[in-house]
Amino acid sequence: MDKYIYMDNAATTPVKKEVLDEMLPYFNVNYGNPSSIYTLGSKSKNAISISREKVAKAINADPREIFFTAGGSEADNWAIKGVAYANKDKGNHIITSKIEHHAVLHTCEYLEKEGFRVTYLDVDQYGIVDLEQLKKSITDDTILISIMFANNEIGTIQPIKEIGKIAKEKGIYFHTDAVQAIGHIKIDVNELNIDLLSMSAHKFYGPKGIGALYVRKGVKIDPLITGGGQERNRRAGTENVPGIVGMGKAIELAYENLEGKNAKLIKLRDRMINKILEKIDYVRLNGHPTNRLPGNVNVCFEFIEGESILLSLDMEGIAASSGSACTSGSLEPSHVLLAIGLSHEIAHGSVRLTLGDFNTEEEVDYVVEKLAEIVSRLRTMSPLYEKVKEGK
Amino acid sequence: MYSEKVMDHFRNPRNVGEIEDADGIGEVGNARCGDIMKMYLKIEDGVIVDVKFKTFGCGSAIASSSMATELIKGKTIEEAMEVTNKAVAEALDGLPPIKMHCSLLAEQAIKAALYDYAKKNNVKIKGLENFNPVEDIHDHEHA
Repeated sequence: MDKYIYMDNAATTPVKKEVLDEMLPYFNVNYGNPSSIYTLGSKSKNAISISREKVAKAINADPREIFFTAGGSEADNWAIKGVAYANKDKGNHIITSKIEHHAVLHTCEYLEKEGFRVTYLDVDQYGIVDLEQLKKSITDDTILISIMFANNEIGTIQPIKEIGKIAKEKGIYFHTDAVQAIGHIKIDVNELNIDLLSMSAHKFYGPKGIGALYVRKGVKIDPLITGGGQERNRRAGTENVPGIVGMGKAIELAYENLEGKNAKLIKLRDRMINKILEKIDYVRLNGHPTNRLPGNVNVCFEFIEGESILLSLDMEGIAASSGSACTSGSLEPSHVLLAIGLSHEIAHGSVRLTLGDFNTEEEVDYVVEKLAEIVSRLRTMSPLYEKVKEGK
Repeated sequence: MYSEKVMDHFRNPRNVGEIEDADGIGEVGNARCGDIMKMYLKIEDGVIVDVKFKTFGCGSAIASSSMATELIKGKTIEEAMEVTNKAVAEALDGLPPIKMHCSLLAEQAIKAALYDYAKKNNVKIKGLENFNPVEDIHDHEHA
């Protein structure tokens, strides 16, 4: 195949043309500072308002509950640190899960050093949090529950409605890192009893460097970034106007015909999963078979290592990712794969392929064909595969 | 991320496979850490006349194994003993810092195979008197 095949849409997505077109004037035509009183400033201010309404509408929130940030990591940091510090007179206990994104996990670890107590919930073999353990973990000191909407690696979607219900009954704030879910799954913050929700535009065909935190009216939260009075004194710093405009357009587009797009994506995803399981032996699917993000495929190939699979895919013009130690920059494989009970050996052979709006059936078939060749080639080099063949 | 040389040896690894009647076999690393190298040597009159490898690991682990076999093929045991991890990495035009352990694993694989040869043939190899194949290169490196 001549063209580059991009199957890493959970890492980032290309900015859609309609999105880019709306952003461009805000770089050099309507470049005014939204805080300035003259007309040029007002144009920027209006553009932000319109975007805020679009983002709010997408999750059934009030525009005054949407605060723009520099991305998902900032939103996660702000939600967790901001709620922790603002409510420390009420308690010092936070509940999260073992499979959160590092933006949540490392923030919780930071707060532990600051004297907070954190419970990291276990997940089952599919990556679903243990609700009984959640209920048992709640104490009078619990001030925040932070559970991701859907996992970035294995795509598993959490029982958010049940968690929201538990949190509401106990009067505990519920934050969800919805970076992977927003724009891909219908989310209603009221129906799901979500108090804080993190999002990032570049995961749904918007630009990088812009995200938002939804904060339900009445939630006590300290600012993370102090300075000017932007974002109603909650988040200082001159607004990233082109980014905000792009995020608004991208979220609007994402929720247009979502069901139709998802039906197509799920079909592609399942075609890919089934073909991989059928054509390649010693392979396992990671995550839940059905309760997973529409574009997420995550598999482990035994006896070979993820990075060498990715390099081989790249040589064929295919972009994917892995949870192996060698791609994470650490010596440990993915914490998510270990949390669902995989051994280190198996986790090293993981490959994540995430499909998006631009992938086709032809690409899926081509990638599976190439994967089969690559896996087979790497296995001929593997001393582990040799032992299996010999029945050791 | 990787040099052209690393990519070349990853794409077309030299001397992949096994030697059925090998005179020395060395296996180092472990699956938990994500890399295992197994090296097979055929030795005649103190010269490594053939060498093959099998590796489970990342791109630089495969490239390091391949380069290590190139560096010792046709060499005497003494010459092979002088191949250090630094030599393997340099021959590959360098490795990223976090991947340096791959070249160390390659050096260890050569030594483990020579040690096996020495043991089987009851000969002494200078430098291997106290050789103890490092179980876990990572602990060794990062402890």
